[in-house]
Amino acid sequence: MASLITCSHCGPRPKEEFTVKGDAAIARPAADASEDAWYAYVYLRDNPRGRHKEYWHHTSGCRRWLVVERDTVTHAIYAVADAAAQGETA
Amino acid sequence: MSSFRLSKGGRVDRAKPLDFTVDGKPMQGFSGDTLASALLANGRQLVGRSFKYHRPRGILTAGAAEPNALVTIGEGGRTEANTRATLVELYSGLKAKSQNRWPSVDFDLGAVNSLLSPFLGAGFYYKTFMWPAAFWEKVYEPIIRKAAGLGRATYEPDPDTYEKCWAHCDLLVIGAGPAGLAAALTAGRAGARVILANEGFEPGGSLLAETAAIGEKAAADLLEETLAELASLPNVRIFSRTTVFGWYDGNVFGAVESVQKNTAAIDPNRPVERLWRLAARHAILASGAEERPLVFGGNDIPGVMIAGAMRSYLNRQAIAPGKSTVIFTNDESGYRTATDLEAAGLEVAAIVDSRAGTPSSWAGRAPVFPGAVVQDAKGGKALAGVTMIKGGALQTIKADALAMSGGWSPIIHLACHRGARPVWSDANAAFLAPETQDGLSIAGSAAGVGALEACLADGAEKARNVLRSLGFSNASPAFTPAVDTATVAKPLWYVRGAKGKAFVDYQNDVHLKDLGLAVSEGYGHVELAKRYTTNGMATDQGKLSNINAIGILAEARKVSPSDVGTTTFRPFYTPLSFGALTGASKGKHFQPVRKSPLHDWARKNGAVFVETGLWYRSSWFPKAGETTWRESVDREVLNVRRNAGVCDVSTLGKIEIFGKDAAEFLNRIYCNAFLKLPVGKARYGLMLREDGMIYDDGTTSRLAENHFFMTTTTAYAVGVMNHLEFCAQALWPDLDVQFASSTDQWAQIAVAGPKSRAVLQALVDEDISDAAFPFLGAREVSLFGGKLTGRLFRISFSGELAYELAVPAGYGETVADAIMEAGSPHGICPYGVEALGVMRIEKGHVTHSEINGTVIPADLGFAKMVSTTKPDFIGRAMLSREGMLADDRLSLVGVKPLDPATTFKTGSHILSESAAPSLENDQGYVTSSCYSPNLGSTIGLALVKHGPKRHGEHVTVWNDLKNEYTKAVLCSPVFFDPENGKLHG
Amino acid sequence: MIATSSHGESIMRYSAFSVFLNALRGNKSWRPAWRSPVPKNHYDVIIVGGGGHGLSTAYYLAKEFGITNVAVLEKGYIGSGNVGRNTTIIRSNYLLQGNNPFYELSMKLWEGLEQDFNFNAMVSQRGVLNLYHSDAQRDAYTRRGNAMRLHGVDADLLDRNTVRQMLPFLDFDNARFPIQGALMQKRGGTVRHDAVAWGYARGADSRGVDIIQNCEVTGIRRENGVVTGVETSQGFIGCGKLALAAAGNSTVVADMIDMKLPIESHVLQAFVSEGLKPFIDNVVTFGAGHFYVSQSDKGGLVFGGDIDGYNSYAQRGNLATVEHVAEAGVAMIPALSRVRVLRSWGGVMDMSMDGSPIIDRTHIDNLYLNAGWCYGGFKATPASGFCYAHLIARNQPHETATAFRLDRFARGRMIDEKGVGSQPNLH
Repeated sequence: MASLITCSHCGPRPKEEFTVKGDAAIARPAADASEDAWYAYVYLRDNPRGRHKEYWHHTSGCRRWLVVERDTVTHAIYAVADAAAQGETA
Repeated sequence: MSSFRLSKGGRVDRAKPLDFTVDGKPMQGFSGDTLASALLANGRQLVGRSFKYHRPRGILTAGAAEPNALVTIGEGGRTEANTRATLVELYSGLKAKSQNRWPSVDFDLGAVNSLLSPFLGAGFYYKTFMWPAAFWEKVYEPIIRKAAGLGRATYEPDPDTYEKCWAHCDLLVIGAGPAGLAAALTAGRAGARVILANEGFEPGGSLLAETAAIGEKAAADLLEETLAELASLPNVRIFSRTTVFGWYDGNVFGAVESVQKNTAAIDPNRPVERLWRLAARHAILASGAEERPLVFGGNDIPGVMIAGAMRSYLNRQAIAPGKSTVIFTNDESGYRTATDLEAAGLEVAAIVDSRAGTPSSWAGRAPVFPGAVVQDAKGGKALAGVTMIKGGALQTIKADALAMSGGWSPIIHLACHRGARPVWSDANAAFLAPETQDGLSIAGSAAGVGALEACLADGAEKARNVLRSLGFSNASPAFTPAVDTATVAKPLWYVRGAKGKAFVDYQNDVHLKDLGLAVSEGYGHVELAKRYTTNGMATDQGKLSNINAIGILAEARKVSPSDVGTTTFRPFYTPLSFGALTGASKGKHFQPVRKSPLHDWARKNGAVFVETGLWYRSSWFPKAGETTWRESVDREVLNVRRNAGVCDVSTLGKIEIFGKDAAEFLNRIYCNAFLKLPVGKARYGLMLREDGMIYDDGTTSRLAENHFFMTTTTAYAVGVMNHLEFCAQALWPDLDVQFASSTDQWAQIAVAGPKSRAVLQALVDEDISDAAFPFLGAREVSLFGGKLTGRLFRISFSGELAYELAVPAGYGETVADAIMEAGSPHGICPYGVEALGVMRIEKGHVTHSEINGTVIPADLGFAKMVSTTKPDFIGRAMLSREGMLADDRLSLVGVKPLDPATTFKTGSHILSESAAPSLENDQGYVTSSCYSPNLGSTIGLALVKHGPKRHGEHVTVWNDLKNEYTKAVLCSPVFFDPENGKLHG
Repeated sequence: MIATSSHGESIMRYSAFSVFLNALRGNKSWRPAWRSPVPKNHYDVIIVGGGGHGLSTAYYLAKEFGITNVAVLEKGYIGSGNVGRNTTIIRSNYLLQGNNPFYELSMKLWEGLEQDFNFNAMVSQRGVLNLYHSDAQRDAYTRRGNAMRLHGVDADLLDRNTVRQMLPFLDFDNARFPIQGALMQKRGGTVRHDAVAWGYARGADSRGVDIIQNCEVTGIRRENGVVTGVETSQGFIGCGKLALAAAGNSTVVADMIDMKLPIESHVLQAFVSEGLKPFIDNVVTFGAGHFYVSQSDKGGLVFGGDIDGYNSYAQRGNLATVEHVAEAGVAMIPALSRVRVLRSWGGVMDMSMDGSPIIDRTHIDNLYLNAGWCYGGFKATPASGFCYAHLIARNQPHETATAFRLDRFARGRMIDEKGVGSQPNLH
């Protein structure tokens, strides 16, 4: 998955242009959410074997944060979306 | 030239002789030779020594699978150990050395290990060398280490250069043998962008050594025509001397092109090797098949060779393997070799065929012994003969060469790099990879196809199918369909009853009995057997040995090879130099260099530079007569505190922040309030991570209602920018806020000291008096009577009256010069980051020495900065955990020695005055320290349990690494001007 | 050379004498190093995962705590996980109080291991050097070295000249980031990794532990709030206590019981060069890039760098990381340029949220968790097994492992050596 990533804005680009952050499946809780919800957000991970959403930053490109949906076993990429667009649909 | 080179035939150019040396001995070959063929031509059969028993070894193969003929090539920084002679294109001036031998390859004392072999079976070292306990490292291991290893690497740096490239294509064809050429031609004609990668220096694969005709056409003619047409197609690129070594995600293939490995006259302006990342829409693997050795006694004696390799040397380089050759085969290949040997006028003493019955096609002179096997080869450093067993009867045959063929294994290495497992095929008597995977197809003998015509047809057809799926609907196969007439041999995994050692893995000296021992000791799983016996772990990665080992394990375990399975194929297909992987990123160019716009200004003022991340920062500015850095730094500090100084702070991260929600955004980013920061004001901000720890700090100024200017620390500039973008795009996309990094756009100059205002006022057009421009003022200013616009900030890291002036980067040096000139009557001096560091420690200001990723605001005395009224900011939620509130957290204090004549260092630990040194008694550690010329003593900042409550307590500053135990007292972290009188001056 | 084990079967004691005697008999009397038992219906303790930690746990349960009715369930072959694919380094050069005594216990166990389990794992204390290239790194190593000394762990801060005398082939003259010195732990070194798994397996087996290979756990059965056993590819097996030691697959197993972990699985690549005559004596880590190297007794340079950075359960990585590792290698040792890399592979790392491991009880009374080893699990193998066995046997943590609690994140008691917080790919 990480030789080339097809940026939603720039097309297929080499992995070296991107920075990976981590799990994109979990939403940041509301400010008044419970301590447990915050703990889960900061520390607990689904860590799925299979389909997984992850934040990648096109650091040396358009500088947009992307949500890459991919497989953690085959490394196949299913979809790439701009993180802002992801936020709207989430 | 010796009689091993035939007087005619082959593809070598006899008009181009090439001189080379082996172990200093001069030899000659021809253009078109490999080092291996040239060695054979010179009658040199003994080429190397094996790993464990130091057995004499010759040349077994003609390609990448060679386990024996490893030599050291080159001299000095160009020394390359373990080079396969079979892959080296001969060149004039080549210098080769044999290896793993002492004193010489002909007389190697290590061969005594062979006599001890009953005690040196698989895994013997796991069972012994344990007593006495200390002896393993002191006695046994050094001996083993010295004996192990093959070639000797150089310690000299490599004088040559390397480069890396990307290339994109519709179809990558890996291998330029029959199937690969057919695929490339089919794709080329269809107009696809094709890259054809060929490992050797001549494309053609098996066609190069083929004597049979294909249809009506000689193989050589077909090859020539095909290459000519490919060369005429502008959409086809042939990468010769290029090994595809790995298949990676995104259908990117790693390949290495040998650019100048075939010459002694290296052009320094060109790389010696080039790393390619080949991004292919689809690839066809046409890597061919590997012919198997047979496992019988003495199957490693020089003169024993793979049948196809012998045929290749004969037909490509006109090499006679010997005077009289025995063929041992269970496959047609042996007969093809025999045919060509006899056609060249060489004697074939016997064809020993383990199968029953003589193939009807055999029309040669040599006697065929069906249903027979070679039990043992005889000889020492050269083959003398073989003992054949047929129908229970032993017969000795004299021979100085033996060609063996145990059938064929498709070369599926690359196809299994991304998780696919090979599957045993009874029909092919071999392991096959899945024929199609996403982005990769396999063609020709790599897919189990046997006959030459069938390989051509298969390559063409597979390419046609791929091309159609890629949208080249007009693609049609370049070769017509053909029936695969090849028959598949029943495997002969090993010969029973051999007297001599029957080698499975040649290089690692794993023989038949080792595998049996592994099974009986419980290491029968193919992976355990590999790890226990080292089978398949040599530099050839089991290209020849793995399949026979699997067969032998299967028989020992009484299961099918399918149940045994293979070990995992992993990159690299063949070993790959560090140099190729490194490319140009070496030496001083390992990482890019960042220089401040004031770098040249600092240099001309005599700065000593220090690496800070990618930056070079001015560290101090020595004056004539100063002999130590401390002398310079002390002077700079005192001068700044007494007069004024100039410091380059351009490396700080600078971010322009715009948008109507910029204030709201910053309010969520920082733990302290920013929403109501007035225009024209700067504020110190603390940025937390979501886990509550401080991430970075800096000042952010509001230049206009919707325009902020943020500074970050030098080290975290990149990370903070990424963080802001993450928060804006992923967390709060509804906020209207935009960012632009302007770190490189501004030269930023700190002017500090009681006289800094007077100095700056000479440049700045506006009134910057305390009344007009108080502490934390931030505004755009006009300079030099309106000639230039800059930004002025009244902020201070030194604790002095101080400003930071930002001007467009290109004007930095001019402005810094002007400040120096204006400051000259005031005694201004440039100061570096060392002096800056001293002054900030004197003031108790923190940096990333304190903000080390494990501190929360309260730890540094910033508890009151953390907003309790903001509904949300990054890091808020996690601050209320028990461990964050615990009162034994390490907190910031000052520390100074009781006796000013004593000192301590950063990284020392703090112990209560009379406590014994132990982890339990550890109270904390010194985060920063320096000599303060203002206090006349070493001072430090430290993170200490209950720190703020312990001011005045005597402690030991413990640095056992330096035997330095300093009596000290904890104190306020602000050592100098605690009332901030100077700051507001 | 024949001794009698606790379960009545004879085991073969290994020695130079036994090698000699067997050789005279044509090496025909060697017996399997461990049995291949059919699983029993019920065990006192089932350990999920036949890697280094699982096997050492079983060994110490039997040897130190007398609990021998134990099964180790391994879905592949024993040692097929990270114990068989690491870079073989052992060290106890840790900074924080939560880690330091634990890793030092591990080092002490390594030092007596081979005589203890009668298997030569080639523990080689050849010294580990961490190079530093800046004042800030020197200061950090001063702090760390002193923390080690506070616990009686050997540590030395070497200056540039000393390092240069030891390792003259490092780049001292043309480096982008000049070497200033090194933190050295002389007792650090390497171990023949596969042999660790085999030695523990053989030692556990001889004390009655059943090592069951090709046995994949597919489910965890629970009744009345406690675990009663596991569903496996070889059927249901009951247990009194269930102990997870599944490393990179911890989440997969924890999912069976709806337990979410503070762990991400990441791929770390490792590499070996072609075999060379002795080239480098010590273990050396680069301070200006991700690279560390040692040389195996067979002659291969064993080296690695950083994790690839993305979640992965595939035991393979990508080319960009390979290139970064090689670049850092040549930056440290320019002569490596002409050395050839033979093989790369990947392991799945159970990266925890603070870079430190978890050895703890769980919300289920008889379920235990051992996970979060990041890429540092190999060196911990003996102590991890020892402390996990202690926890399982006594239901309370061993004194050196009290900080490795599962709830430490919720309590704000992280053990973060690097100080990078809850982003596993930075640890």
